[in-house]
Amino acid sequence: MGTLEVRNLVKDFRVGHGLRRSRLRAVDDVSFTLEAGKTVALVGESGSGKSTVARTLARLETPSSGEILLDGRPVSGSRNALRAYRHEVQMVFQDPFASLNPFHPVAHHLERPIRLHGLERNREGVTARVHELLERVQLTPAETYAAKRPHEMSGGQRQRVAIARALAPGARFLVADEPVSMLDVSIRLGVLNLLARLQREENLGVLYITHDLATARHFSDEILVMYRGQVVERGPSDRVILDPQHEYTKTLLAAAPDPARHGRLRDEVRAELAAS
Amino acid sequence: MSEPVLTARGVSIEYRTAPVVRAVRDVSLTLHRGEILGLAGESGCGKTTFAYGLTRLLKPPAVLTSGEIVFHDRGGEDIDVTALDGDALRAFRWDKVSMVFQGAMNSLNPVITVRAQIDDVLTTHRPGMPRAERAERAAELLRLVDVDPSRLDSYAHQLSGGMRQRVMIAMALALEPQVMIMDEPTTALDVVVQRGILREIMRLRERLGFAVVFITHDLPLLIEISDRIAVMLEGAIVELDTAENLYERPQHAYTQRLLESFPSLTGERGDFVRTGEAAGPVVRAPASDDQAAATPALEGTA
Ligand SMILES: Nc1ncnc2c1ncn2[C@@H]1O[C@H](COP(=O)(O)OP(=O)(O)OP(=O)(O)O)[C@@H](O)[C@H]1O
Ligand SMILES: Nc1ncnc2c1ncn2[C@@H]1O[C@H](COP(=O)(O)OP(=O)(O)OP(=O)(O)O)[C@@H](O)[C@H]1O
Ligand SMILES: [Mg+2]
Ligand SMILES: [Mg+2]
Repeated sequence: MGTLEVRNLVKDFRVGHGLRRSRLRAVDDVSFTLEAGKTVALVGESGSGKSTVARTLARLETPSSGEILLDGRPVSGSRNALRAYRHEVQMVFQDPFASLNPFHPVAHHLERPIRLHGLERNREGVTARVHELLERVQLTPAETYAAKRPHEMSGGQRQRVAIARALAPGARFLVADEPVSMLDVSIRLGVLNLLARLQREENLGVLYITHDLATARHFSDEILVMYRGQVVERGPSDRVILDPQHEYTKTLLAAAPDPARHGRLRDEVRAELAAS
Repeated sequence: MSEPVLTARGVSIEYRTAPVVRAVRDVSLTLHRGEILGLAGESGCGKTTFAYGLTRLLKPPAVLTSGEIVFHDRGGEDIDVTALDGDALRAFRWDKVSMVFQGAMNSLNPVITVRAQIDDVLTTHRPGMPRAERAERAAELLRLVDVDPSRLDSYAHQLSGGMRQRVMIAMALALEPQVMIMDEPTTALDVVVQRGILREIMRLRERLGFAVVFITHDLPLLIEISDRIAVMLEGAIVELDTAENLYERPQHAYTQRLLESFPSLTGERGDFVRTGEAAGPVVRAPASDDQAAATPALEGTA
């Protein structure tokens, strides 16, 4: 059973300059463990440190203190170790507009990991794999999307390319930062079910960062709630959503959009203004 | 309903690529002064392309193949948006109509501070405004979107995704335009912050009377904030109604399915959720009832 563990992670950033220079603690003593075949959802306040945790897991940020352990061992900084790590731990970045190279067609983005892994020897094989990946994220007809460049696609389409790229063969963990935030509900559920299937068939461990509390509940085993750099609540997903303990979690749940209260926000504001 | 502020008639837009993508097909839409109009629809259906058409931001290979877009200025003057160019076009954007881009996270200038960027908009469009007033305005704008004014000295990469989105919303508010087009403006915001900002926008629109086109795939959110909602499917608007009607009595099969397929936050787990089966449900305009029956995964949602 593989694990990817974040232990007592602290990340400070230096901000400002000159006399206004100060330190910002973006992540403040966060610990959790991803297990093969399980999904942990990370939800919480905008700016609370979720992406910083993800970027540290992707080894794009170095911890100020604390460590990242793969199967219980720290990962060495050597190029080879890093390359192997990046293959085993795949990443979907929060911003699909920035994370895809605009000069390369979609096919190029998806072929690389397949070739690197040496899974397919000939062109046809690689192309077939690429098409399969595109179909999995519902970008069909696959030939059309394979030939497009990222800027020729809509926001949600780019997001799906980023996901397809991370579904590389041989990956053991997936760190997905808001992977479906621009997808409408049907495609969103489709993609999440795809991840659920990979989890079952390939024992993938997933960190799912999201602002969508409903899918956090339904698609993860455990939920962590972050607020101002700290994990303020954690537990089995049904428990956290149905019986929240921390004040922030309660506030968060109360603010979730609910069609049954339609027009509420609009009318509330009107009523407030009329009263004042 | 109040008078119109922006009218689109028969707008069609194509990407002249191989194959040609007919992204927007014969869309007519009237936006009224002070109205919040929601625009919903599945990924790739043409929402962003339509928004770019409204603000004349289309770049080749995109071509507006037909239709007219008229802006009805506060003074009573009608402006043919499709005929604008040069300075008139620049003044129109931001000043009369502002836009929050999808991927706003990535549209801040990476090499100058947030302060310099807001200042840039103000000096360009409000040349007479004294420096101290601009500084005060910049701080005020950030407070509106719940970002600490100390962040004025930050660069984009020092902000979280949601903070960047909020800065872009603040910039769209900067010149108090008559129309704001917001394309997926809150994808990186937690629901508490999101609600706070939407509340602020709604307060401002009561005071200033601007209209908003709010584009998102998040139908529950739209139902809470919109006066009317347009649902787009494969480039065309298939349903347009008040938020109440659309929620209570959705007419189009596609709208009905969109509403049905939201997983409930606190209710039962719909049995289609986390099945890990196939590619999951696909919502399409059904050609027939048979086809509707072929996607049973969408039924029975809690
Ligand atoms: N490179 C950096 N330099 C300085 N500050 C940074 C840097 N990266 C992130 N921060 C700060 O760290 C904090 C956490 O940011 P992070 O991006 O992790 O938040 P988040 O939880 O992902 O938020 P969101 O939901 O808005 O995406 C924020 O205050 C942010 O401004
Ligand atoms: N530059 C381009 N060249 C060719 N096709 C394009 C280009 N830009 C967008 N498209 C296509 O036009 C269609 C409409 O795209 P658009 O960005 O308007 O969709 P959208 O409704 O905003 O979707 P999303 O919700 O995913 O952002 C999509 O099928 C997209 O692939
Ligand atoms: Mg983030
Ligand atoms: Mg779009």
